[in-house]
Amino acid sequence: MVKKIRVLVAKPGLDGHDRGAKIVARALRDAGMEVVYTGLHQTAEQIVNTAIQEDVDVVGLSLLSGAHLTLFVDVARLLKEKDIHDVLIVGGGIIPQDDVPTLKKAGIAEVFGPGTPVDEIVSFIKKNVKR
Amino acid sequence: MMEKEKLRQMQEKRQNWESSVYKKAVQENQERKQKFKNLSGIEIQHLFTPEDTAHLNYLEDIGFPGQFPYLRGIHPTLYRTRLWTMRQFAGFGSAEETNQRYHYLLEHGETGLSVAFDYPTLYGYDTDHPLARGEFGKCGVAVSSLKDMEILFKGIPLDKITTSMTINGPAAVIWAMYIANAENQGIRKDMIGGTIQNDILKEYIAQKSYIFPPEPSMRLIVDTFEYGSTHVPKWNTISISGYHIREAGSTAIQELAFTLGDGIEYVKAAVKRGLVLDDFAPRLSFFFNAHNDFFEEIAKYRAARRIWAREMKKLGAKKQRSLWMRFHTQTAGCSLTAQQPEINIVRVTMQALAAVLGGTQSLHTNSMDEALALPSEKAVRIALRTQQILAEESGVTDTVDPLGGSYYVEWLTDTMEQETYKYFDKVERLGGVIPAIEKGFFQKEIAESAYRYQKEVDANQRILVGVNRYQLDEEISIPILKMDEKGEERQINRLKTLRHERDNSKVDAHLKRLQKAAAGEENLMPFILDCVHSYATLGEVCDVLREVFGEYREPAIY
Repeated sequence: MVKKIRVLVAKPGLDGHDRGAKIVARALRDAGMEVVYTGLHQTAEQIVNTAIQEDVDVVGLSLLSGAHLTLFVDVARLLKEKDIHDVLIVGGGIIPQDDVPTLKKAGIAEVFGPGTPVDEIVSFIKKNVKR
Repeated sequence: MMEKEKLRQMQEKRQNWESSVYKKAVQENQERKQKFKNLSGIEIQHLFTPEDTAHLNYLEDIGFPGQFPYLRGIHPTLYRTRLWTMRQFAGFGSAEETNQRYHYLLEHGETGLSVAFDYPTLYGYDTDHPLARGEFGKCGVAVSSLKDMEILFKGIPLDKITTSMTINGPAAVIWAMYIANAENQGIRKDMIGGTIQNDILKEYIAQKSYIFPPEPSMRLIVDTFEYGSTHVPKWNTISISGYHIREAGSTAIQELAFTLGDGIEYVKAAVKRGLVLDDFAPRLSFFFNAHNDFFEEIAKYRAARRIWAREMKKLGAKKQRSLWMRFHTQTAGCSLTAQQPEINIVRVTMQALAAVLGGTQSLHTNSMDEALALPSEKAVRIALRTQQILAEESGVTDTVDPLGGSYYVEWLTDTMEQETYKYFDKVERLGGVIPAIEKGFFQKEIAESAYRYQKEVDANQRILVGVNRYQLDEEISIPILKMDEKGEERQINRLKTLRHERDNSKVDAHLKRLQKAAAGEENLMPFILDCVHSYATLGEVCDVLREVFGEYREPAIY
C-alpha cells in the first residue's frame, strides 16, 4: 500500500480568515491525503512542533493578514533550525506578487493566490512532496 | 372576490402561455442550463407573475416606507432627502499614515469615517506584545493607547463627522479611547456619533477575532448598550454583522438568518439584565455584505427589514425607531479577483447598486486591488467615485425602493424570509445561539457552503470572469500600497515613552479598580474610561480583563 501524504494545514499569527485553509484542508483530504488542521492563532513554534509531532510531509500555511513575510519565513527558518529539510512548505493567501521571490528564497516552495483551483494545489503537492 | 376571479383568469392564461409559447420557445432553443439557481441554491423560475406574490397582502406585508413592517425602507423619503453615508473602511500602518488617508478621503467627498484596526489591536494586544510580531499595521491601524487615538483623529471634527470602528473583543476599550479623545477636546459624549462593531457572536461564528468567552463578552456588550443609551445617545453601540459570515463562505440566506438571530440574542441578553428595550434598541445597527447575485442581495436587505421589525414588535418594542433595521453595507471582498483586477471595479459597481436598491444607510465600496493587498490611494478614490456616480448620475435615488412590487423581488424577499425562519427554528432546537456556536453548528454550515461554492467554481459550474473563464495571461501591474517601514519602530518608542511619562500610580490604581469591578457585576464602562484617560494601554486593560474573564479557544474543525 502506498503511504498517504500527511499534510499540516496551519494558520500562523492572529489572522482569523480561515475560509481558504478549511477549503484546502478538505480538498486535500478528499484527494486522499491525511490532513491535520492546527486551528487558528498559531505561533511559528507551535506550527513547527505540531509538524514534528504529527510527522507530516507537507506544511501548508494560510495567511490573509499581510504578515507572511515574517510568519511564513519564521516557520521555514525554524524547520531548518531543527534540521528538517524534507518537509515541503507551501503557502497561500493575500500575497502580493512582489513578495513571492522573498518567500521562495526563504524555502516556501510555492505560493497560491486567490482564485487558485484546489486541484492545482493537490497536484503541486503530489509532484513535489519530498518523502 | 374580484381579486380571486382575476387571479384565476391569470392562472389560466399563464398555463396557456406555459404550454404553448414558452414550451415552443424552449423546444426550439434549449435554455442555457437545466436549472437556474442563485447563490443560496434557490431555484429561480423562468418567469414571475402576480401569482407568485398573490399570498402577500400589500398593506400588511409590504406597506409604505417609514411604516411597519418597513419592508420598503425605514425612511419615508430615503435618498430623496439624504444620500447614504459614503464610508470607506480604512486603516493601515501607524496612526499618522491612517490619519493622512482619512484626510485624503474626506477631501474627496467621503462623508463618514470607518476605522480598520490591525490584528494585535483587534485581539487587545499592544504593538510590542510578542504575539504582535509581524502584524503591526498590516491590515489596519495599530491603536495601543489614547495617544494613538489622538493622532489618528488629528484635525478631524469629532462633533461633525461620524466614525465607525470595526472592533469587537476589545470594543469597550477602543470606544472609551474615542470618547476620551473627544472629551479632551471639549466635545461632550452626547455630541459624538458613530458605531462600534461590538458583535462578538459573529466573531465566534466567522471572523474569529475574539478574546473572552461568550458570557463575559456578552456582559461587556450589554455594558456598552447601557452606557451608550444614557451617556452617548447618538452612538450605535453595536453593528450586528453578517458581512464576515458571508465572507467566511455562507450563503445569503445563512448571512441573513445568522445575523438576525444574533441580533435577537443581544436583545434578549440586554432585556434579561433589566435594560428597557426601547432605551437601547434604537441604537442597534446592522452590517451586511453585497455579493454578486444582484436580486438576491436586494431581497436580502428588504427581508431583513421586515423580519427585524416583526421580531422586535414580538419582543415588545413600542418606539418606531426600535423597529428599524438600519444597516451599513460593504461590497464582497471575497468576490474580488486577483486576476484582471481592474474588472473588480465593475463587480463593485453592481454590488454597490444592489445595496443602494436595498436601501442601505451607509456604504463601503471595495477597491479593485484588494485581492492583492491593501488598497492604493487611486484605487480607493475610484471606489469612492463609484458611489458618487450611483448617487449623482444614475437616477436610482429618485424614488424609494424602486424594485418594490417586482414579482420576482417580492417573491424572493418572501422566500428568503421563510428560509430564515427555518434557521431560527434549527438554532432554537440546539438551545439558542451560544449553544449552537459551542456545538460548531454555524461554523459547519458556513464551511459546507464555502466548500460547495469552491467546488462549483473549480468545476466551472459557477463562472468567475477572469478566473475560470475569459482568463488572460498577463503580468499584474497595479501599484501596491507600501507602508512606512519606520512606523512600527515609532509606535514602539511611543509606547515606551508613554509608559515612562504617564502617572503610573494612577494607571495602576485605575487598573485595580477595573479588576475589582470586572469580578463583580457593575457596568465596566466608567472604569475602562478612567483607565484609558490615565493612558493605560489597550493591552494593559485587556490583560486585566483576560485575567478575570479567561480566554476563548475554539475547536479546530474543518
